[in-house]
This record gives sequence, structure tokens and C-alpha cells, in this order.
Amino acid sequence: MSLNSNIPEGPVTEKWTNHKMNSKLINPANKRKYNIIVVGSGLAGASAAATLSELGYKIKCFCYQDSPRRAHSIAAQGGINAAKNYQNDGDSVQRLFYDTVKGGDFRSREANVHRLAEVSVNIIDQATAQGVPFAREYGGLLANRSFGGAQVSRTFYARGQTGQQLLLGAYQALEKEINNGGVEMFTRTEMVDLVVVDGHAKGIVVRDMRNGKIKSYAADTVILATGGYGNVFYLSTNAMGCNASAAVKAWKKGAYFANPCYTQIHPTCIPVSGDYQSKLTLMSESLRNDGRIWAPAKKEDAQAIREGKKTAADIPDEDRDYYLERKYPSFGNLAPRDISSRAAKEACDDGRGVSKTGLGVYLDFRDPIERLGEDAIRARYGNLFQMYEKIAGTNPYKEPMMIYPAVHYTMGGLWVDYNLQSNLTGLHVLGEANFSDHGANRLGASALMQGLADGYFVIPTTIANYLATQKPGSVTIDHPEFTEAEKAVSDSINKLMSIQGTKTVDHFHREMGLLTWDKCGMDRRKEGLEEAITKIKALREEFYNDVRIPGTAESINMELEKAMRVADFLEFAEMLYEDALDREESCGGHFRGEYQFTEDSPEVKSGKTQPGEALRDDDNFCYVSAWEYRGYNQTPALHKEVLEYENVKLAIRSYA
Amino acid sequence: MAKLNLTLKIWRQPSPDNDGWIETRKANGIPTEASFLEMLDIVNQEILEEGADPIHFDHDCREGICGMCSLTINGVPHSKEEGVTTCQVHMRKFNDGDTIWIEPFRANAFPVMKDLIVDRTSFDNIIAAGGYIDVRTGSAPDANSVPIPKDQADWAFDAATCIGCGACVASCKNSSAMLFVSAKASHLNTLPQGQPEKDKRVLAMVRQMDEEGFGNCTNQYECEAACPKLISADNISKLNRDFALASAKEAVATV
Repeated sequence: MSLNSNIPEGPVTEKWTNHKMNSKLINPANKRKYNIIVVGSGLAGASAAATLSELGYKIKCFCYQDSPRRAHSIAAQGGINAAKNYQNDGDSVQRLFYDTVKGGDFRSREANVHRLAEVSVNIIDQATAQGVPFAREYGGLLANRSFGGAQVSRTFYARGQTGQQLLLGAYQALEKEINNGGVEMFTRTEMVDLVVVDGHAKGIVVRDMRNGKIKSYAADTVILATGGYGNVFYLSTNAMGCNASAAVKAWKKGAYFANPCYTQIHPTCIPVSGDYQSKLTLMSESLRNDGRIWAPAKKEDAQAIREGKKTAADIPDEDRDYYLERKYPSFGNLAPRDISSRAAKEACDDGRGVSKTGLGVYLDFRDPIERLGEDAIRARYGNLFQMYEKIAGTNPYKEPMMIYPAVHYTMGGLWVDYNLQSNLTGLHVLGEANFSDHGANRLGASALMQGLADGYFVIPTTIANYLATQKPGSVTIDHPEFTEAEKAVSDSINKLMSIQGTKTVDHFHREMGLLTWDKCGMDRRKEGLEEAITKIKALREEFYNDVRIPGTAESINMELEKAMRVADFLEFAEMLYEDALDREESCGGHFRGEYQFTEDSPEVKSGKTQPGEALRDDDNFCYVSAWEYRGYNQTPALHKEVLEYENVKLAIRSYA
Repeated sequence: MAKLNLTLKIWRQPSPDNDGWIETRKANGIPTEASFLEMLDIVNQEILEEGADPIHFDHDCREGICGMCSLTINGVPHSKEEGVTTCQVHMRKFNDGDTIWIEPFRANAFPVMKDLIVDRTSFDNIIAAGGYIDVRTGSAPDANSVPIPKDQADWAFDAATCIGCGACVASCKNSSAMLFVSAKASHLNTLPQGQPEKDKRVLAMVRQMDEEGFGNCTNQYECEAACPKLISADNISKLNRDFALASAKEAVATV
């Protein structure tokens, strides 16, 4: 199958305008005849469900949590970008577009990114009208701050709870539509399969997590807004329940999965402290507006700190290595995430880590507190400092925070065209679950922007291009595909329940996570990835022979829920490694140890970059990798969408 | 790393239709760095190795923002620590040899589903009744077209930080949801954008709250003390004022 991205004709600045004009329309009286399934109720899912319902479509929305308000978008801290240029600091749609393409290390689709930058301004208007309490100046107008990879202040924020406030805005819009009768909401309900009829996605099979009942729902189109796959690493900043099952089910039914190797490791998380640990906590990138990141310049100082013989305060300024400021003077502590994470790893690999495990560096507020006073810092970051103190048990106003990179976001996702439609006709994918806008690395404060852009402004227009070709209600759950899918689901659940082995689900999840972090984390290499592929096959075998799930499938059973998700991750992980193996270059969140600039590189000698920076290969890898499922234990097949850059010149990404 | 040996007294209930009971269980060798929920994870791994049914509890983000975790720890929702959710409670706050009582959030409007899991759909129903500003996507004016005084914006924000966990209800002897309802009403009623629907909103939300089976408020403010986001009971006073005014207007209008 060929991949047609359906990018509209014309200059990039006019594509979206033209596309809106050329998109099909469905008249208001006909809209209510169409049923749409939305899986997921985070920023993308809730905003899409609410907006499509406002337009008149009939929506069924599903989430695994007890309420749509719990979706993990709620945990986003720092902010949301928009090219409003309220600061008069030279921002524009064009600049946000450029920063995002460059931040993504030239591996995103230009047309999609430009559209994202265009609608970014509408999101802020929409959210403000809903009552989202963005930070304001004393004059009553909206405030901004800066995020990584940008030299302008375009990030809107609501203290350190921007995701919460934006999600509550979308959630309230969703509840309004539930009240109006346009949306039927299904909580504690997990999608367990996608139903494809004559090549079109026409429904889903779900498991009611309260009683284990398997049930089907048919619709005219299916929207997945189910987030990312960060939990394949076991430890991540994702919520415990975040999973890739909906995406994996779609992949197994024919939807291509794009660029899984682009995983974002966030530089500022609270370091791992023990093997009982269940998740990692992010400290917002916004802290890097004022906080300074450093490690001791001398290994012996770092060792003394690890042994508790010295503290940060004992290290004089000349013995501190503010490595981001040193290596990237123009962006300093606001260097992008992938670059900042690798720099932290480099310092720790060099024996200069400061936490007990050796895997930690400082994020220090001593200087801004001296300059601005403790109250000013409390006003900006109070809740984040409090969160840190609760978890780490030390006072960050007095001692620097200790941080280390952790898995945070996944740029890869189901392949979609310009209409956000999968190669699997009738399936639409929004938010983190798709792949198109962030390339190989997402800039801070761009996830909220993309989720809401897709849900509020893109899909309400583009979905009609598919629906207008469909007779409403043409497929019902009486179709044999639904019966078959339900039976397959019941069989797989029975199979899992009947294994009754000796190891817990968490055991397998943890093993997979360690393997993925070790071989497919911040530094990937050919041998390691090949070893991981062999090991994951064995682990999967062991899982199906030796996992133990207690209780019954006909009631609330958290072990079964986890087992079903882990089973999907075990298949997904292999594709992730395959993709990382195939991409013989370093770009953004995908760093292959074999491909980096060295002392001898001409670009280093001419001062364009530094040794250790990612070495991209535009001649051979300027494409989207879209993987096709070919069966259990089969290597997936690779399809390529070539990326064409007409507006941005491919260049070495420099933040120096 | 210091370790704790604890005795847990845990509420077990297989389903809504079964009676529940308190189960006693040892939790030995718990690292002080672990969070409270990680302590339960460790206990659950042991239970699983014994081949029994693990302790079921709600949880998701584990960083105090999603509002899904919901335990009553030693009689206090989210524990006696101030301004934290259960997932943010750390074992370093306990002593070796402690006995810890772990129960669900109890309220008629929050029926137990299994063990420590309760059904809080009633909160969603209250929001659906009126906890929003009715603004169609695409029809919003420029975000800076309405300046909002900073103190007003800050008040609205403080109310808006509610995570909908239900600790306020669980801590109240009447199982009243007034703090939850007033936080949302206060957030929206304070902002200029929320004025057109102000009366309609409070009437609808309060009536839905009553319909869901929550009790009445008798101004003891246990809710404020239990709230992990430290939401002020002043919001309840504001809700009472807004509700009285809206009811009066409604009565006049229907005469």
C-alpha cells in the first residue's frame, strides 16, 4: 500500500486555508445521522468529542478511568505555546513553525506543523473563553514565559498546572455536551479491539472494567486519542494506566505505526531511588527559566557528595560545571529536551553524578533566589517546589533539586495523513497517539497545543472528508466482523486467565522496561538493539507460559487489566527496537551511539557543531518509517513516506 | 535505606453486593523512600505470590493531580498530612511498628465497587448539570479582549485547582459535596466570562448535588482540612450567596 499524505497543494502558508475551502461539508440536518466513536478523553479526545457534538454529530466517548477528568493530560505542568506575540518579542506563526520543525530535528511534516502554528492562537482564545485561568499580569492581560528551543516568550501557563486547567476546560465542554445529549460517555471502559469492515474502521470492542463484560459498538468512523506508549519503559512520567493497547490493536488490524523510535526523555525528573519504584515524577521545564543546571567539575567532589561528605553548598562556583550554559551559550538552560538529557547523561557517565546512585545532577535556584528573592520564586514555581519537597524530602529553596532524565513523551504514533486519517480508512488518530507534528523531538509546551489543535480545530473540519463518502449507519454490530472480534477478545482473555503460572504481571512489565531503557533508551547501538529483539521474543514466550492472574475475568480485576496491556506492549516493544535498528542516524530523541559528530568531523572543525552531537543522515533517512503488522513473531514490514522540505532548509541543529 | 515493619488493617469487599470486612496483614521491610501506594504495591506483590486476590484501589498519575487515588488513612482522607493526596504520602512519615488503617472514601453517593475503589460518577453528573461556560468552539473573541484583574484571576484559580477526588465528601459527617460544588461555581462565577450563566449554573449544580444523595453542609469545615489542594471553605459562603440570589431571582420570575 502506498502512503498518501494528502498534503494540499499551494504554498505552506495557504495550505490549511485552501484545505478548509476544499474540504467536504455535511449539512446540519445530516450530521446528526452520523455516529462517531472517540476513544480517550484527554485533551485531544475530550476537545474532539465536545466539538464534534456541538456540530451535531452523535458521539460515544470511552475512557478507562473513572471520569474523563482524570486523563493524563491533566499532569502537564508548564504551559502551552501559541504564536500570539503578545510580548512583542518578534514571534509569529512563521517562527513557531520554524522552531517546531527545527526542534523536531527536521523529521516532521512541514504542512502539519504549519497548520499547528496557525491554529495555536485560536486555542488560547477558546480556552480563555471557557474560563481557563491562565496567568495574568497586573494589567489584567495574559502573561507568558519561555520554554526550551525558543528565544521568544510564547508559552501561556496556569501556574504549574496548565494541563489540569486546559483539561478541565475540555472536560467541562464534554460534560456540557453529555448534558445536551450529544455525547454518551463510557467510563471504566477499555477498548480491546478495533473492528474493520470491508477495509473501513467501523467500530470497537470494549471490556467493561466493572464487570468484565465484552461489548461491541459500531459507528461511521472511529477516532483514537489514546496517548503515547511511554510505559513500555515501565518507569516513566506517564500515569500508571497509560497504555498503547488501542494503538496496538489498530496496528494489528492494518493501521501503520510511524516512527516508534522517537521517544522523548525529559531532562528534569526526580531521579530513581529504589527498585520498588512505580513511576517517575517530572519537574516542569518551566523551572529552567530561572534554575541553573550543573554537575561538579571534579569527579572527587561528585564522589564526596554521593558519600554524603560534601553538599552542593560546599562546591565553589569555579568548581561547578554549568554544562548547558557552557555548551549552548545562546540557549543556555533552555536548550531542547533531547540535547539537555544527553548532556546530563554525559556528565553522569563521566562520574560526576551527585545522587546516591550516581545518576543525578543539580537544578539550582540559589542565584535567582539571591537576585529576585524567595517570594518571587515561590510565586512562579511554588507548587512545583512543594511537589519536589514532598517526594524528595529536601527543601529546594535551601538545597538544589536533584534531577535526571526520564521517559516522558512519545513522538511516534499511528501514521496519519493531513486529514488525521490513518492508512486504515475510517480510522482517525489525534494527539500524542499520532505521529505527525513533532518529528524526532517535541518542544516543551507543544503537546498541549497539538492535542487541542487536533481536537478543537483540525478534526472537526477534516472528518467530513471521510464521512461525506459514507452512508450513515451502514454497519451495525450484527455484522459478523463484530461477532468474530468479540470472540477473539474472549479467547485471548481466557488464554491469559488459564496460564496460572508463577510470575506476576509487574515482573514482566519491569523486565521489559529495564530492557527497553538499557538497549533502546538515551544511547542505542546496533548490537544492543539486536540483543533486545532476541530477548523480547523470549520474554514474550515466558509471559505466555508463566504469568499468573488471580481472580476471575468477570469482575474488577486489576491484574488482568495490566496483563492485557503488557501483552500488547510486549509485541509493540519489538517494533520499537526494529525501528531504532533501522534508523542508522541520530536525530532528536533517537540517538544512535554509532552516529555522532567526533573531533575529526569537518563540521566540528569548522565550528558548526560539537563532538557528541547527533549526526543526522538526510540523504538516506529523511523519511517517516511506517510499520505494517505481519503477524505474531513476524518482523513488521517497513513503508516509507519521504519528507520534503520546501520552506525550511535542512541544517545541523545548533543551539550553541 | 531504612525499612519499616507495619501492621495494616485494610477494608476488603469483593463486590458492591458483598459485605466488607477489615483484614489484618503484616507489611514488612517497607523502604522509607517508598510512597504509600508503592507500599501497597509491595504488599500486593506478596499477595499475588501467595496466589490470592490483591488489594484493589484506584490510582493513576501518582503525582497528586489526577484525583483518582482515594484512601482514608487512619480515619483521614489522604492521611493527616496537609495538602497531599494519598499518592503523595511517603512512608518516611510513618514509624516502624505502626498500625495503619486503610479504608475507602465513604459516602452514600460514593458506593464501594471493590475493596478500596468507590464510584464517584456523581461528581461528573454535577459538572454536567452546569459546571461549565457554554462557549462553542470557534466562537471565542481574542483572549486579551477581556482584561481580568489579577486578584480576581487568582481567586478563580485557587478554586479551579480542585482535582475532584472527593476527600471533602469523605471527611464530612454529612457527606456533603459543598466544597466540591462551590469550588467549581466559584471558579466560573468569579470570572467575567462566567457571568451570563451564573444563576442558572448554581441552581443546576446545587439541585444535582441534592439529587445525587450528598448531605447538607453544617459549616464544620472538615472538608477544607482534608482537601489536598487546600481549597478554602470561603467558596462555600460564596456559593450560598450566589444560590440565595439566584433562588430569589427565580422565585420573583415565576410569580
